Amino acid sequence: MPRYTLNVNNTSHQVEVEADTPLLWVLRDELGLVGTKYGCGVAMCGACTVHLNGSAMRACQLPVSAVGNNAVTTIEGLSENGEHPVQKAWLEHDVAQCGYCQSGQIMSAAALLANNPNPDDKAIEAGMSGNICRCATYTRIKAAIKTASIDIVNV
Amino acid sequence: MTTHSPTQNVLTSIGRRQFLRASAAAGGGLLINFSWLGSSLAARADADSLPDKLFSLNAFIRIASNGVITAMVPNPEFGQNLMTSMPMILAEELDADWQSISAEQAPYDPALYQRQFSGGSQSIRQAWSSLRMAGAAARYMLMQAAAGSWNVPMASLTTHQGTVKHTASGKQASYGELASLAATLPVPENVAVKSKDSFTLIGSAKKNLVGQDIVTGKPLFGMDTQVDGMLIAMIVHAPAFGQTLASADTDTIKQMPGIRDVFVFDSMTPEYTKNYFDVTAFPTMVAIVGDSTWQVMKAKRALSAQWKTVGSYQETIDRFGSPVVINVPGGLESTAGHKQAMAAVLSGKAGKLDVLRRDGNPEAAFEQAAQIVESTYYAPYLAHNTMEPMNFFADATGEVIKVSGPLQGPIFIRQTLAERLKVSPDNIEIDMKRMGGGFGRRAYSHYLVEAAVISKKVNKPVKLMYTREDDMTMGIYRPTYSVKLRAALSANKELIAYHVSGVGVPEHCVHENRFPAGAIEHYLAEGTALDSNITVGAFRAPRSNFMAMAEQAFLDEVAEVMGQDPIDLRLSLLKRAQQNPVGSNNDYDAARYAGVLHQLRETAGWDSIPATTPKGVAVYYCHNSYAAHVVTLSAANPRNPQIDNVFSVLDCGIVVNTEGAVNMVEGAVIDGIGNAMYGEMTFTDGKPDKQNFDRYRMIRMNEIPRNISVSFVQSDTDPTGLGEPPFPPIFPALANALYQATGKRLYEQPFAPQITKD
Repeated sequence: MPRYTLNVNNTSHQVEVEADTPLLWVLRDELGLVGTKYGCGVAMCGACTVHLNGSAMRACQLPVSAVGNNAVTTIEGLSENGEHPVQKAWLEHDVAQCGYCQSGQIMSAAALLANNPNPDDKAIEAGMSGNICRCATYTRIKAAIKTASIDIVNV
Repeated sequence: MTTHSPTQNVLTSIGRRQFLRASAAAGGGLLINFSWLGSSLAARADADSLPDKLFSLNAFIRIASNGVITAMVPNPEFGQNLMTSMPMILAEELDADWQSISAEQAPYDPALYQRQFSGGSQSIRQAWSSLRMAGAAARYMLMQAAAGSWNVPMASLTTHQGTVKHTASGKQASYGELASLAATLPVPENVAVKSKDSFTLIGSAKKNLVGQDIVTGKPLFGMDTQVDGMLIAMIVHAPAFGQTLASADTDTIKQMPGIRDVFVFDSMTPEYTKNYFDVTAFPTMVAIVGDSTWQVMKAKRALSAQWKTVGSYQETIDRFGSPVVINVPGGLESTAGHKQAMAAVLSGKAGKLDVLRRDGNPEAAFEQAAQIVESTYYAPYLAHNTMEPMNFFADATGEVIKVSGPLQGPIFIRQTLAERLKVSPDNIEIDMKRMGGGFGRRAYSHYLVEAAVISKKVNKPVKLMYTREDDMTMGIYRPTYSVKLRAALSANKELIAYHVSGVGVPEHCVHENRFPAGAIEHYLAEGTALDSNITVGAFRAPRSNFMAMAEQAFLDEVAEVMGQDPIDLRLSLLKRAQQNPVGSNNDYDAARYAGVLHQLRETAGWDSIPATTPKGVAVYYCHNSYAAHVVTLSAANPRNPQIDNVFSVLDCGIVVNTEGAVNMVEGAVIDGIGNAMYGEMTFTDGKPDKQNFDRYRMIRMNEIPRNISVSFVQSDTDPTGLGEPPFPPIFPALANALYQATGKRLYEQPFAPQITKD
């Protein structure tokens, strides 16, 4: 099996996996980074959202062979202790119900705000409509993104 | 394969951690045992520094010498907030400092806890008294310990936020200091609980105790389970209901990289008498076991298997102690066939409706009616689509079978597994993981048995994982229903008779003693069910989740014909039911029913909503609670109406955690709108037509209401249901508003294809 060197959360990892293995399963099975979730495997739910050089990517559709030297960030690497403005806003708005989708929601929101620190409702909806929340906590997700936006803009 | 160790901030949830649990029924003394699994809070930063001394005052409360209090939560969490609201009840009666409370999922242990089942919106309602007693009893024992140490009467002591005080002497001690002594005292047989008007925690807004773990991606879920030496297992089941395995070429894919074993197995054997929750359409499956998820997925896709059609058969199931014979027809069913068969029943062309309730003389009333309103409603099957697909970990390599994963009702499955593996139930340990959604689906935990059977066969610990496609095509759907409603009006537009007839596959959804039974002089309720080989199960507010739609959309139509305001019509019917009820079996409280409508009329400003604003209202009672919604739309484009506002009122008795409760109602509103607009599973020749979210449309953020305003009826009634009651009435509130926007009554779900261009 081919060997890959991956830059995940600012740490270099070597893995030996088949070339077509999606990044999702490398993160979960090989690196033990299980915060990135499996939801659909076809990039329709967003539960597996990670950052690739800061942009939101669905890890279930990204073969490990295509990752190269690009920097991968997962929920575990978004901040040291959960102090990213988006994570803090999620707690402030008590967003989660079951919580399974929230890693992906947070990663999508963080990427959205990194690109557009002050998004309006339409921009939030456009940035977040790839992420399904089956408990339907969307109202709180939206409110939390607005709170995080204020936090980021004021930094 | 990994040549670099995982990053240090991620901990596997099993193996690294142990946690302490009480080993005997509520009693004193040091009850310390090591459980075999890590806790759901295993990855907390302080988990490594568990205090040396942890004192169990009863099965629900452990107090460490450093003052940290662990609340043991007996029921499994699937987002209904039990990991926060149950500790709130314990802490209230314990008089603990909320900051000192952490929550742990209790293990499944019927000797320690009652009803370890999450479903039917009953967890808080049924645990209310025992949680209060547990908190109060622990507080009593701490006070007793202080009284003994200080040689003062207990009556001279008070408690405040985790401290026992003796005002006269100025002595005080923290719960942590007193715990070791308190744990040696006998548990009091009777103990006073607080008066409800002195609650300070209950009724407040508290953040989710597990929130930090969720937003940092900690391994809380069954899917996240990783154990040394564990293999990954997946299943392949027949692609269509009514089919089973004929043959499978297991040898070819066994040669694929990383594959350890491929074999055919039965999760349930024919001689076993299933219980009510042992539902599976596919007991015979192919198991594929290997080293990594992706390798197993690839082998699963490469499997070549042949399937054959099953003939009709009967099976006897044990329905809570009574044997019930189920007819399972052979053949491959389709949605068109279901619709046709239900229509034939409701039009009297086929089958027979059973009379469920009759008041007065409905037949004569309809004959004498000046006007009859009649409508027929249809609902499709729905898939639960929990975000976390079904999965379970099992280690059946030793004498004690250890299983861990997401399930709503361990209470139902232990005996099933014991009989399947021919072991004593006492030799099965079930660990409940936080569920990535449930909605009723995980009350049917056949996948636990599958995982254990596979583990036993390969003699390794395994994690069984369903793909999304497996999850969506496995069955246990919300049934498809149809309901015909008729109303007889007198010449002066009075509602004199009401006739509900319901049919469903394989159950109908008529609750004959619910509103408007009791409110109308002449009343007839009928229902019947059609057999099917497509399996169904509980789905958030079973039966109510469609009956509310039919009944409350119909009453809107009736109100229009009668020339009445829709809230006024409902209130006048409820007044009749309250003052002079028809019949004696009406299973609702008309005053509480009317109460939510009165409050909603105010909070929604119903009477001052501009006439140009489309609005809809609905109210429903289920799971012991009353819920009502008003929906308003902006309909600049009638083909694409936007939901502006949803106003919700719930009477669920005392609200434990207002933060979690508002979140739950908001979620129920959006979940209901999503299922009403888009939710649908259809079948062609036995095959589910949708297998993933590319075709099964789920509501997304751009489709939610602009605003949701939730209020609760102030109440000192003990808590009743919360998770389910707000779900059913949002369907008709939306349908009634959409009628005003589009001029089109909606009789079938999903709504979206009928009103939007897309």
